[in-house]
Amino acid sequence: MSVGVYILVSVIKSLIVLIVLLTAVAYTVWLERKVVGHMQNRWGPTRVGPFGLLQPAADGLKFLFKEDLTPPHVYKPLFLAAPMMALIFALTSIAVIPFGNSITIGGESIPLQITDLNIGLLLILGVTSLGVYGVALAGWSSNNKYSLLGGLRASAQMVSYEIALGLSLVGVLIQSGSFSLRTIVEAQGGRFWGFIPRWNIFHGQFIGFFIYLMAAYAETNRIPFDLPEAETELVAGYHTEYSAMKFAMFFMAEYSNMITVACLATLLFFGGWNGPLFGPPLMRSLLPLVWFGAKIFCFLFLYIWVRGTLPRFRYDQLMSFGWKFLLPLAIVNLVATAIAVAW
Amino acid sequence: MPSFHLILFLAFGAVCVGGAVNLLAQRHPINSALSLIAVMAALAGEYLLLGAEFVAAVQVIVYAGAVMVLFVFVIMLLNAGEEEETKGSRVALLLGLPGVLSGSVLMAWVVLGHSGTEAVAIGALPGHPTDIAQLLFHDFLLPFEVTSVLILIAIMGAVVLASKPEATARKVD
Repeated sequence: MSVGVYILVSVIKSLIVLIVLLTAVAYTVWLERKVVGHMQNRWGPTRVGPFGLLQPAADGLKFLFKEDLTPPHVYKPLFLAAPMMALIFALTSIAVIPFGNSITIGGESIPLQITDLNIGLLLILGVTSLGVYGVALAGWSSNNKYSLLGGLRASAQMVSYEIALGLSLVGVLIQSGSFSLRTIVEAQGGRFWGFIPRWNIFHGQFIGFFIYLMAAYAETNRIPFDLPEAETELVAGYHTEYSAMKFAMFFMAEYSNMITVACLATLLFFGGWNGPLFGPPLMRSLLPLVWFGAKIFCFLFLYIWVRGTLPRFRYDQLMSFGWKFLLPLAIVNLVATAIAVAW
Repeated sequence: MPSFHLILFLAFGAVCVGGAVNLLAQRHPINSALSLIAVMAALAGEYLLLGAEFVAAVQVIVYAGAVMVLFVFVIMLLNAGEEEETKGSRVALLLGLPGVLSGSVLMAWVVLGHSGTEAVAIGALPGHPTDIAQLLFHDFLLPFEVTSVLILIAIMGAVVLASKPEATARKVD
């Protein structure tokens, strides 16, 4: 593949993935409002379009045309940079997520992924750990005590749960022997005894998945771990002083992180795009994408379900849960997996 | 695509040096800390271009993602303000820049000319995680394990030093 074609293909793939991701972000917000609405015996958005389906577009327009307030007491350079950092880091991690096998166009085999790094998983962990800067700096630069408290909580929480998150994935890495997400998914093809899929969750990584799920909720600052923006105690936490598009950037970063986390759970524990293939050739080539999308949808629905069900943790409970329960459990899981593989 | 890689390499290098200079030039500690993060991210880019992918990832996770978060955390908690500017010494002003330049030229001359090492070609470092694992857990297993014990001791020492005297006294009782 020549350099020109390579760059062209990369740009097109990046554009498609970005557009799909941002649309998914917008409709996850819609889904959340709708589902939580029904859980609370309300209707959710109904006015804009059928079933409120055009609500995301209306929200986007509102964010764009609202007055963009910058309070006089903030530290301006970082106040501006913080939401951008949050969004950029949230969008970067999608670059190494594979969506399916390769497709062949004009003799060139193009993998359905922006780039396949052999450190793919580490890159996602690295970018996630950078994401904390957006939140922490937003809290600090706002020069507001509620924002600062939110920012501090966010950084402490994300730094603590990152360790459990990272360790919960090591079991999967030991089993597949690679950091490349594509290789990890390919190792999960096939079945046990002809009917149970050979996904990592059925392959001894149930505890790993449980730890990952808990840590991921904390990492994305979602209920029951949404202390950085706990509206009943901190007004709105780190984004108290933000309005219009800058606020929307934090919102988009949060939902795009949710989608990345759901993608990662699907790829690492639920076999990625592996699933039963049947029907004519065209359907066979599209079904992997459908399975991948369906699995991600289940995770996003679970997120919303949890939000509609569980109350918020207290701060000391959050910290002792992370350090005294999840971390030791993750280490035990790691050692047990290592022994089982070495056996 | 060697030329494309070279351009990227130089661009990351420029970010790196620019960030380092900015670190010194900024008055506010949080800006300096952010410049340091930029330096580390750019260094990770350089490692990636040289082929040391694993080292690049670890650079981002450990330095930019963990160490610098704590730096920023401390600055935020202490609420450190702007530095006051002092006049500085005239000797440093006169000799500083020439001294740094001649020092780095000397160092490059010694390293490149006399130690038998060569400049690394782009993409030539053994960076695949499997290579690193082979080195860490096979060829250098004992030094690796001893280092981790050393770090564990350092962590315990830090905990003892950082905990309040009254709290330790109560525990001893």
